[in-house]
Amino acid sequence: MCGVCGCSEGETRIEEHHHPKEPEAPSVDVLRGDSEDNARLVKVEQDILSKNNGIAAHNRAHFANAGVLALNLVSSPGAGKTTLLVETLNTLQQDLPCAVIEGDQETSNDADRIRDTGAPALQVNTGRGCHLDADMIHQAFHKLPLRDGVLFIENVGNLVCPAGFDLGEAHKVVIASVTEGEDKPLKYPNMFAASSLMLVSKVDLLPHLDFDVDTLIANARRVNPGIAVIPVSARTGEGMERWRQWLDGARAMVAATR
Amino acid sequence: MHEMALCQGMLELIDVQRQKDGFERVRRIIVEVGALGHVDPHALRFAFDVSAADTVAANAELDIREIPGRGWCMDCSREIAVEKRGDGCPHCGSFTLIMQQGEELRLKELEVV
Repeated sequence: MCGVCGCSEGETRIEEHHHPKEPEAPSVDVLRGDSEDNARLVKVEQDILSKNNGIAAHNRAHFANAGVLALNLVSSPGAGKTTLLVETLNTLQQDLPCAVIEGDQETSNDADRIRDTGAPALQVNTGRGCHLDADMIHQAFHKLPLRDGVLFIENVGNLVCPAGFDLGEAHKVVIASVTEGEDKPLKYPNMFAASSLMLVSKVDLLPHLDFDVDTLIANARRVNPGIAVIPVSARTGEGMERWRQWLDGARAMVAATR
Repeated sequence: MHEMALCQGMLELIDVQRQKDGFERVRRIIVEVGALGHVDPHALRFAFDVSAADTVAANAELDIREIPGRGWCMDCSREIAVEKRGDGCPHCGSFTLIMQQGEELRLKELEVV
Protein backbone atom coordinates (compact mmCIF):
# COMPACT_ATOMS: atom_id res chain seq x y z
CA MET A 1 0.00 0.00 0.00
CA CYS A 2 1.32 3.37 -0.87
CA GLY A 3 0.90 5.39 2.28
CA VAL A 4 2.50 8.49 0.86
CA CYS A 5 0.30 9.08 -2.09
CA GLY A 6 -2.83 7.11 -1.38
CA CYS A 7 -2.56 5.27 -4.67
CA SER A 8 -4.55 2.10 -4.77
CA GLU A 9 -2.75 -0.93 -3.50
CA GLY A 10 -0.17 -2.35 -5.88
CA GLU A 11 -0.03 -5.99 -6.82
CA THR A 12 3.35 -6.39 -5.25
CA ARG A 13 3.67 -8.28 -1.99
CA ILE A 14 6.77 -9.60 -0.38
CA GLU A 15 7.20 -12.48 1.95
CA GLU A 16 9.72 -11.04 4.37
CA HIS A 17 8.94 -7.41 4.42
CA HIS A 18 11.22 -5.34 6.62
CA HIS A 19 9.65 -1.96 6.99
CA PRO A 20 12.04 0.92 6.72
CA LYS A 21 12.21 3.21 9.71
CA GLU A 22 9.70 6.01 9.70
CA PRO A 23 11.32 9.41 9.68
CA GLU A 24 11.70 10.87 13.17
CA ALA A 25 8.60 12.63 14.36
CA PRO A 26 9.07 16.38 14.62
CA SER A 27 9.40 18.04 17.96
CA VAL A 28 6.45 19.99 19.23
CA ASP A 29 7.21 23.60 19.74
CA VAL A 30 4.41 25.75 20.99
CA LEU A 31 5.14 29.22 19.74
CA ARG A 32 2.41 31.31 21.23
CA GLY A 33 -0.91 31.00 22.93
CA ASP A 34 -4.09 32.76 22.00
CA SER A 35 -6.01 33.72 25.10
CA GLU A 36 -9.32 34.14 23.33
CA ASP A 37 -9.89 30.67 21.92
CA ASN A 38 -6.76 28.77 22.87
CA ALA A 39 -5.53 28.67 19.30
CA ARG A 40 -1.79 28.13 19.16
CA LEU A 41 0.90 27.53 16.61
CA VAL A 42 2.70 24.22 16.50
CA LYS A 43 5.99 24.15 14.68
CA VAL A 44 6.41 21.19 12.31
CA GLU A 45 9.17 22.12 9.83
CA GLN A 46 9.05 18.90 7.85
CA ASP A 47 9.33 18.17 4.18
CA ILE A 48 5.95 16.98 2.95
CA LEU A 49 7.74 14.24 1.03
CA SER A 50 9.80 13.17 4.04
CA LYS A 51 8.17 9.76 4.29
CA ASN A 52 8.80 8.97 0.63
CA ASN A 53 12.32 10.35 0.90
CA GLY A 54 13.02 8.18 3.94
CA ILE A 55 11.97 5.02 2.09
CA ALA A 56 13.96 6.15 -0.97
CA ALA A 57 17.07 6.41 1.21
CA HIS A 58 16.37 2.91 2.48
CA ASN A 59 16.04 1.65 -1.12
CA ARG A 60 19.34 3.33 -1.96
CA ALA A 61 21.00 1.34 0.85
CA HIS A 62 19.44 -1.88 -0.50
CA PHE A 63 20.73 -1.17 -3.99
CA ALA A 64 24.20 -0.37 -2.70
CA ASN A 65 24.32 -3.57 -0.64
CA ALA A 66 23.27 -5.65 -3.63
CA GLY A 67 25.67 -3.89 -5.99
CA VAL A 68 22.74 -2.81 -8.11
CA LEU A 69 22.66 0.20 -10.40
CA ALA A 70 19.08 1.48 -10.25
CA LEU A 71 17.83 3.79 -12.98
CA ASN A 72 14.52 5.60 -13.05
CA LEU A 73 13.38 5.94 -16.67
CA VAL A 74 10.95 8.78 -17.21
CA SER A 75 9.23 10.22 -20.28
CA SER A 76 5.91 11.25 -21.74
CA PRO A 77 3.64 8.39 -22.79
CA GLY A 78 4.75 7.00 -26.15
CA ALA A 79 8.35 8.23 -26.14
CA GLY A 80 9.53 4.67 -26.68
CA LYS A 81 10.71 3.71 -23.21
CA THR A 82 9.67 0.08 -23.41
CA THR A 83 10.98 -0.50 -26.94
CA LEU A 84 14.29 1.05 -25.98
CA LEU A 85 14.40 -1.04 -22.85
CA VAL A 86 13.68 -4.27 -24.75
CA GLU A 87 16.53 -3.53 -27.17
CA THR A 88 18.84 -2.60 -24.30
CA LEU A 89 18.06 -5.83 -22.43
CA ASN A 90 18.58 -7.97 -25.52
CA THR A 91 22.28 -7.21 -25.44
CA LEU A 92 22.96 -6.07 -21.87
CA GLN A 93 21.70 -9.18 -20.14
CA GLN A 94 24.17 -11.31 -22.08
CA ASP A 95 26.81 -9.69 -19.89
CA LEU A 96 25.14 -8.98 -16.57
CA PRO A 97 21.95 -9.59 -14.62
CA CYS A 98 19.13 -7.14 -15.28
CA ALA A 99 15.65 -6.72 -13.88
CA VAL A 100 12.80 -4.35 -14.58
CA ILE A 101 10.04 -2.76 -12.53
CA GLU A 102 7.31 -1.53 -14.81
CA GLY A 103 4.97 1.22 -13.72
CA ASP A 104 1.70 1.82 -15.52
CA GLN A 105 -1.72 2.89 -14.45
CA GLU A 106 -3.22 -0.32 -15.78
CA THR A 107 -2.35 -3.53 -17.69
CA SER A 108 0.71 -5.76 -17.53
CA ASN A 109 1.46 -5.31 -21.25
CA ASP A 110 4.85 -3.71 -20.68
CA ALA A 111 6.03 -6.30 -18.15
CA ASP A 112 4.95 -9.00 -20.60
CA ARG A 113 7.07 -7.41 -23.33
CA ILE A 114 10.05 -7.27 -20.98
CA ARG A 115 9.62 -10.88 -19.83
CA ASP A 116 9.75 -11.94 -23.48
CA THR A 117 13.41 -10.84 -23.44
CA GLY A 118 14.04 -13.30 -20.59
CA ALA A 119 14.62 -10.58 -17.99
CA PRO A 120 12.65 -10.76 -14.75
CA ALA A 121 10.03 -8.03 -14.68
CA LEU A 122 7.44 -6.95 -12.19
CA GLN A 123 4.47 -4.82 -13.12
CA VAL A 124 3.25 -2.24 -10.64
CA ASN A 125 -0.15 -0.82 -11.49
CA THR A 126 -0.60 2.51 -9.83
CA GLY A 127 -4.35 2.57 -10.35
CA ARG A 128 -5.41 6.10 -9.48
CA GLY A 129 -1.81 7.21 -9.07
CA CYS A 130 0.20 9.11 -11.61
CA HIS A 131 3.69 8.05 -10.52
CA LEU A 132 5.67 5.33 -8.79
CA ASP A 133 6.73 6.02 -5.23
CA ALA A 134 9.56 4.70 -3.10
CA ASP A 135 7.42 2.23 -1.17
CA MET A 136 6.21 0.53 -4.36
CA ILE A 137 9.83 0.11 -5.43
CA HIS A 138 10.80 -1.17 -2.00
CA GLN A 139 8.16 -3.89 -2.13
CA ALA A 140 8.88 -4.80 -5.73
CA PHE A 141 12.66 -4.95 -5.29
CA HIS A 142 12.31 -7.52 -2.52
CA LYS A 143 10.58 -9.78 -4.99
CA LEU A 144 13.27 -9.48 -7.64
CA PRO A 145 16.34 -11.68 -7.31
CA LEU A 146 18.93 -9.20 -8.49
CA ARG A 147 22.55 -8.77 -7.44
CA ASP A 148 25.45 -7.02 -9.14
CA GLY A 149 23.37 -5.91 -12.06
CA VAL A 150 21.10 -3.19 -13.37
CA LEU A 151 17.57 -2.45 -12.20
CA PHE A 152 15.55 -0.46 -14.70
CA ILE A 153 12.50 1.22 -13.23
CA GLU A 154 10.17 2.28 -16.01
CA ASN A 155 8.07 5.00 -14.47
CA VAL A 156 4.53 5.91 -15.47
CA GLY A 157 4.57 7.91 -18.71
CA ASN A 158 4.27 11.38 -17.22
CA LEU A 159 6.77 14.23 -17.20
CA VAL A 160 5.23 16.04 -14.25
CA CYS A 161 4.52 13.96 -11.16
CA PRO A 162 7.41 11.45 -11.15
CA ALA A 163 9.86 14.40 -10.94
CA GLY A 164 9.06 14.92 -7.28
CA PHE A 165 9.25 11.33 -6.08
CA ASP A 166 12.68 9.96 -5.31
CA LEU A 167 12.67 6.17 -5.67
CA GLY A 168 16.21 5.64 -4.42
CA GLU A 169 17.61 5.44 -7.94
CA ALA A 170 21.18 6.38 -8.80
CA HIS A 171 20.00 8.43 -11.78
CA LYS A 172 16.88 9.56 -13.51
CA VAL A 173 17.14 9.02 -17.26
CA VAL A 174 14.68 11.09 -19.28
CA ILE A 175 13.69 9.89 -22.72
CA ALA A 176 12.56 12.51 -25.23
CA SER A 177 11.55 11.33 -28.67
CA VAL A 178 12.05 13.30 -31.85
CA THR A 179 8.32 13.08 -32.56
CA GLU A 180 7.74 15.42 -29.60
CA GLY A 181 8.48 19.15 -29.52
CA GLU A 182 12.02 20.52 -29.10
CA ASP A 183 10.66 22.64 -26.25
CA LYS A 184 9.71 19.70 -24.01
CA PRO A 185 12.53 20.53 -21.55
CA LEU A 186 11.17 24.07 -21.18
CA LYS A 187 7.58 22.89 -20.83
CA TYR A 188 8.44 20.25 -18.21
CA PRO A 189 11.62 21.69 -16.69
CA ASN A 190 11.56 19.87 -13.35
CA MET A 191 11.97 16.47 -14.91
CA PHE A 192 14.84 17.55 -17.14
CA ALA A 193 16.46 19.37 -14.24
CA ALA A 194 16.29 16.20 -12.13
CA SER A 195 17.74 13.86 -14.78
CA SER A 196 21.40 12.92 -15.29
CA LEU A 197 20.94 11.74 -18.87
CA MET A 198 18.61 12.52 -21.75
CA LEU A 199 18.16 9.82 -24.37
CA VAL A 200 16.84 11.34 -27.59
CA SER A 201 14.83 8.45 -28.98
CA LYS A 202 13.52 7.47 -32.44
CA VAL A 203 16.32 9.34 -34.26
CA ASP A 204 15.81 7.00 -37.23
CA LEU A 205 12.71 9.12 -37.95
CA LEU A 206 14.66 12.38 -38.26
CA PRO A 207 14.74 12.42 -42.10
CA HIS A 208 10.94 12.56 -42.08
CA LEU A 209 10.60 15.31 -39.49
CA ASP A 210 11.32 19.01 -39.01
CA PHE A 211 12.96 18.33 -35.71
CA ASP A 212 16.18 20.01 -34.62
CA VAL A 213 18.09 17.84 -32.14
CA ASP A 214 20.47 20.70 -31.31
CA THR A 215 17.56 22.91 -30.25
CA LEU A 216 16.26 20.13 -27.98
CA ILE A 217 19.71 19.73 -26.41
CA ALA A 218 20.12 23.49 -25.96
CA ASN A 219 16.72 23.64 -24.24
CA ALA A 220 17.59 20.73 -21.95
CA ARG A 221 20.84 22.45 -20.98
CA ARG A 222 19.01 25.67 -20.20
CA VAL A 223 17.33 23.86 -17.31
CA ASN A 224 20.18 21.46 -16.57
CA PRO A 225 23.62 22.53 -17.84
CA GLY A 226 25.19 19.24 -16.75
CA ILE A 227 22.78 16.80 -18.42
CA ALA A 228 24.41 14.16 -20.64
CA VAL A 229 22.75 13.53 -24.00
CA ILE A 230 22.76 10.45 -26.25
CA PRO A 231 20.65 10.27 -29.43
CA VAL A 232 19.45 6.69 -29.94
CA SER A 233 17.33 4.51 -32.16
CA ALA A 234 16.11 1.16 -30.89
CA ARG A 235 15.23 0.31 -34.49
CA THR A 236 18.59 0.93 -36.19
CA GLY A 237 20.80 0.53 -33.13
CA GLU A 238 22.24 4.02 -33.52
CA GLY A 239 23.60 5.33 -30.22
CA MET A 240 23.05 2.04 -28.40
CA GLU A 241 26.80 1.56 -27.95
CA ARG A 242 27.15 4.99 -26.35
CA TRP A 243 24.18 4.25 -24.09
CA ARG A 244 25.92 1.04 -23.09
CA GLN A 245 29.12 2.96 -22.32
CA TRP A 246 27.14 5.35 -20.15
CA LEU A 247 25.62 2.36 -18.29
CA ASP A 248 29.08 0.88 -17.76
CA GLY A 249 30.29 4.20 -16.36
CA ALA A 250 27.32 4.43 -14.01
CA ARG A 251 27.88 0.84 -12.89
CA ALA A 252 31.55 1.50 -12.23
CA MET A 253 30.49 4.35 -9.98
CA VAL A 254 28.21 2.01 -7.99
CA ALA A 255 31.03 -0.51 -7.65
CA ALA A 256 33.49 2.17 -6.54
CA THR A 257 31.24 3.50 -3.81
CA ARG A 258 30.23 0.11 -2.50
CA MET B 1 -2.52 15.17 -9.82
CA HIS B 2 0.32 14.24 -7.52
CA GLU B 3 -1.00 17.03 -5.31
CA MET B 4 -3.39 14.42 -3.88
CA ALA B 5 -0.37 12.37 -2.84
CA LEU B 6 1.24 15.41 -1.27
CA CYS B 7 -1.92 16.17 0.70
CA GLN B 8 -1.92 12.61 1.95
CA GLY B 9 1.66 13.13 3.12
CA MET B 10 0.66 16.36 4.82
CA LEU B 11 -2.25 14.71 6.61
CA GLU B 12 0.07 11.97 7.86
CA LEU B 13 2.47 14.56 9.27
CA ILE B 14 -0.50 16.29 10.91
CA ASP B 15 -1.62 13.02 12.42
CA VAL B 16 1.81 12.33 13.91
CA GLN B 17 1.73 15.83 15.36
CA ARG B 18 -1.75 15.34 16.78
CA GLN B 19 -0.70 12.17 18.57
CA LYS B 20 2.13 14.06 20.26
CA ASP B 21 0.33 17.29 20.92
CA GLY B 22 -3.26 16.19 21.47
CA PHE B 23 -4.91 19.09 19.68
CA GLU B 24 -8.49 18.70 18.55
CA ARG B 25 -8.57 20.57 15.32
CA VAL B 26 -6.31 22.29 12.83
CA ARG B 27 -7.44 25.74 11.80
CA ARG B 28 -4.58 26.85 9.59
CA ILE B 29 -1.74 25.06 7.88
CA ILE B 30 1.32 27.04 6.90
CA VAL B 31 3.09 25.49 3.96
CA GLU B 32 6.15 26.69 2.08
CA VAL B 33 6.13 25.94 -1.64
CA GLY B 34 9.10 26.76 -3.84
CA ALA B 35 8.33 28.70 -7.01
CA LEU B 36 10.55 26.38 -9.07
CA GLY B 37 9.13 23.15 -7.68
CA HIS B 38 6.56 20.78 -9.10
CA VAL B 39 3.59 21.89 -7.06
CA ASP B 40 0.78 24.03 -8.34
CA PRO B 41 -0.72 25.97 -5.37
CA HIS B 42 -4.16 26.00 -6.95
CA ALA B 43 -4.16 22.23 -7.41
CA LEU B 44 -2.77 21.80 -3.90
CA ARG B 45 -5.65 23.80 -2.41
CA PHE B 46 -8.20 21.85 -4.39
CA ALA B 47 -6.65 18.50 -3.47
CA PHE B 48 -6.39 19.53 0.15
CA ASP B 49 -10.06 20.43 0.48
CA VAL B 50 -10.96 17.00 -0.87
CA SER B 51 -8.36 15.03 1.13
CA ALA B 52 -8.88 16.76 4.46
CA ALA B 53 -12.63 16.25 4.68
CA ASP B 54 -13.44 14.07 7.70
CA THR B 55 -10.02 14.65 9.28
CA VAL B 56 -8.87 16.96 12.08
CA ALA B 57 -7.84 19.37 9.33
CA ALA B 58 -11.24 19.58 7.67
CA ASN B 59 -12.02 23.16 6.61
CA ALA B 60 -8.57 24.32 7.68
CA GLU B 61 -7.11 27.28 5.84
CA LEU B 62 -4.17 26.31 3.67
CA ASP B 63 -1.77 29.21 4.05
CA ILE B 64 0.64 28.72 1.14
CA ARG B 65 3.80 30.83 1.20
CA GLU B 66 5.71 30.85 -2.03
CA ILE B 67 9.48 30.75 -1.72
CA PRO B 68 11.04 32.61 -4.67
CA GLY B 69 13.66 30.94 -6.81
CA ARG B 70 17.28 31.91 -6.23
CA GLY B 71 20.44 30.66 -7.82
CA TRP B 72 24.13 31.28 -8.27
CA CYS B 73 25.42 32.30 -11.70
CA MET B 74 28.64 30.41 -12.35
CA ASP B 75 29.66 32.86 -15.07
CA CYS B 76 29.28 36.17 -13.30
CA SER B 77 29.70 34.74 -9.80
CA ARG B 78 26.77 36.30 -8.06
CA GLU B 79 23.48 35.38 -6.55
CA ILE B 80 20.50 35.95 -8.82
CA ALA B 81 16.73 35.76 -8.71
CA VAL B 82 15.31 32.93 -10.86
CA GLU B 83 11.70 33.45 -11.82
CA LYS B 84 11.32 30.15 -13.61
CA ARG B 85 13.47 27.27 -14.76
CA GLY B 86 15.03 27.82 -18.16
CA ASP B 87 15.52 31.53 -17.50
CA GLY B 88 19.09 32.71 -17.91
CA CYS B 89 21.07 34.93 -15.56
CA PRO B 90 19.44 38.41 -15.65
CA HIS B 91 22.92 39.99 -15.80
CA CYS B 92 24.88 37.91 -18.31
CA GLY B 93 22.31 35.53 -19.84
CA SER B 94 24.21 32.39 -18.82
CA PHE B 95 22.28 29.19 -18.16
CA THR B 96 25.09 27.77 -16.06
CA LEU B 97 23.28 28.33 -12.80
CA ILE B 98 23.24 26.47 -9.53
CA MET B 99 19.81 26.54 -7.95
CA GLN B 100 19.88 27.44 -4.29
CA GLN B 101 16.27 28.04 -3.37
CA GLY B 102 12.83 27.50 -4.82
CA GLU B 103 12.18 23.78 -4.62
CA GLU B 104 10.83 23.72 -1.05
CA LEU B 105 7.80 21.73 -0.09
CA ARG B 106 7.60 22.08 3.62
CA LEU B 107 4.94 21.89 6.29
CA LYS B 108 6.01 24.80 8.49
CA GLU B 109 3.45 25.26 11.23
CA LEU B 110 -0.05 24.38 12.28
CA GLU B 111 -2.49 26.66 14.00
CA VAL B 112 -4.45 24.33 16.23
CA VAL B 113 -7.12 24.42 18.89
